[in-house]
Amino acid sequence: MMTGAQALAKGLEEHNVDIIFGYPGATIAPFYNELAKNRDKITHILVREEQNAAHMASGYARVSGEVGVCVVTSGPGATNLITGIATAYMDSIPIVAITGQVPKDQLGRDVFQEIDITGACAPFIKHSYLVKEASDIPRIMREAFYIASTGRPGPVLIDVPSDVQNQTFKYTDPGRVNIRGYKPTTQGNPKQISKVAKQICAAKRPLICAGGGVFGANAAAELRKLSRKGNIPVVTTMMGLSTLPTDDPLNVGMIGMHGHKPANYALNHADVLIIVGARVGDRAVQAPGKVEETTVTIHIDIDPAEIGKNMSATIPLVGDVRHILKKLVDEEINPDSEYWVSELRQMVREDRAKEIPPREGTIGPKGFMRKLGAQLDEDAYVVADVGQNQIWAGKYISVRKGRFLTSGGLGTMGYSLPAAIGVKFAYPDKQTICVCGDGSFQMSMNELSTMVENGKDIKIVLFNNNKLGMVNELQKKGYSEGPFGVQMPGIPDFCKLADAFGIKSRRISDESEIDDAIKEMLSTEGGFILECVIDPDESTMAQ
Amino acid sequence: MKQLISVLVENQSGVLSKISGLFARRGFNIDSLAVGVTEDKTVSRITMLADSGNSVAEQMEKQLNKLVPVIKVRTFEENEVVSKELALIKVSATNKNRGEIRDIVDMMHTRIIDMSTSTVTIEICDSPEKIDILQDMMRPFGIKEVARTGVVSLQKGSLNI
Repeated sequence: MMTGAQALAKGLEEHNVDIIFGYPGATIAPFYNELAKNRDKITHILVREEQNAAHMASGYARVSGEVGVCVVTSGPGATNLITGIATAYMDSIPIVAITGQVPKDQLGRDVFQEIDITGACAPFIKHSYLVKEASDIPRIMREAFYIASTGRPGPVLIDVPSDVQNQTFKYTDPGRVNIRGYKPTTQGNPKQISKVAKQICAAKRPLICAGGGVFGANAAAELRKLSRKGNIPVVTTMMGLSTLPTDDPLNVGMIGMHGHKPANYALNHADVLIIVGARVGDRAVQAPGKVEETTVTIHIDIDPAEIGKNMSATIPLVGDVRHILKKLVDEEINPDSEYWVSELRQMVREDRAKEIPPREGTIGPKGFMRKLGAQLDEDAYVVADVGQNQIWAGKYISVRKGRFLTSGGLGTMGYSLPAAIGVKFAYPDKQTICVCGDGSFQMSMNELSTMVENGKDIKIVLFNNNKLGMVNELQKKGYSEGPFGVQMPGIPDFCKLADAFGIKSRRISDESEIDDAIKEMLSTEGGFILECVIDPDESTMAQ
Repeated sequence: MKQLISVLVENQSGVLSKISGLFARRGFNIDSLAVGVTEDKTVSRITMLADSGNSVAEQMEKQLNKLVPVIKVRTFEENEVVSKELALIKVSATNKNRGEIRDIVDMMHTRIIDMSTSTVTIEICDSPEKIDILQDMMRPFGIKEVARTGVVSLQKGSLNI
């Protein structure tokens, strides 16, 4: 015999889960009792607010390639988790979230801490379960991990009433997952693949546009191979940043409203555009209609619904990006792209050589990012938050073998610190940088306590302009009343705050200090907050 | 152009809300929707009639396919399927005009299934257009209530989805 709670723990063990981010409460207590019994096998990390449990699971999943797992209680625990689930959904990150629920016979009566969480999450979750029988849990656990990690990855929720966690049943092995309504296409159609190869060969100005789906499929190496073999330049979306090193001769940069000029030029002048694992969102391609008019578009994606949603595709190619890119590399790919490549390389060279004018009495974030990139470990992880800091980090930090992570789809402020903590749990020895602004930092600074408790040496770069810079910029540009509701004169002294948490810190406001401060941050043991005082009117626009 | 979407789904609680929620948030409009269990008790069939362009219909089909409890989706043009809808129409009737109503009912090959001193209730099982005609014909008498099931359809001939 087995209880529902034991079945949940067994399900975690089956999927080699050794870490779970969570926050307990009454309705999830039976499962916590099981977690306590399994403490040698599964580490439980107590977060400070439930949303961050999902972000930590997300950061963990993104770099480890495993499914991230989080657990919270019913009611407010579950509703706090919602933004984390939506963030993972928009970026296609595989996480499994377990929520406690009020006892079955109380469902629907609005009792203490009851909320219809499966209903609330429906629009932005890959799949969810409200468990009615403990004997279903072994099957549901297998399905949940399978659904989260296959096809287009995404979050899956399992809502378990507390009495179901205590219910006993006779365990039988549920066997292999077989869901008749869920059979993702993974193999690309061979005919389409050769058609794509031919189309690329005929191109004079071919261009690959790499999105977050390249990481979702673990296909960055294959993408680099294709680019090199065919001498095809690459642009990336923000989610695709670090698919290839910034300095790769074929990397033209990031597209979009906040992207690099050469990358947007390339997107608008390509004759054959190969979109790989990208949804062509408005922030990346502002006028998809214009691009599709003049360009042969090849759209490679695991999710058929992405093809033709925002931009029509001349050749759709549905399947696992890694599998398809591998097949493409085996085809003959030899477009006559020499002139195009040298044209773009020249533009990139000029763009990067542009001087960033020095600032007086403040830190210029763009110049700072260049200097930071130069000092980072070759394989460092950079987790950027949302706002101006995200744009500066994405555009000006040069990535070599590391990764750039951010909440690209939902744009969730406060993502960077918890996600960086998740990254650190996956790779404790890798240098991990969290880039944020004073606004985004204050959204999740409570997690400093989780970071310190677990000895995670995350280096936090905090741009302080005493305001919500991105909104400030937007209001200045486009609204008659100018900036409103963006000032934060009441922000704390961040260095004192760091001190309260027992973390080293430094505040700089003169550019001559940058190199030394970065060096100090990177060489100090343990966590570090480097506060950079920046000009409140600093913009994200190109120089 | 009217499109018929036939969806086979797991016969579980919450599936219909997943589907209707999907339609609402993606801005897909549907004219009618009918749900019922199929020959396989674990499977329900949802038949929807939607007035949309081809690209919208394509997205509808793709988005429906993404839902885990959705087993199969097919979009049909109206001429590929046989369709029927059932409607009950309650009309005001007096001793004077009851005969007139009966004449129309007979002409439309349908029937009266209930009556009172002041009303008759008509049953019609036909195409949505025929039902519309009957409704129009009854309007002058005063329609008190209408209940329509929405269209159900199957592919013509021996094919199935």
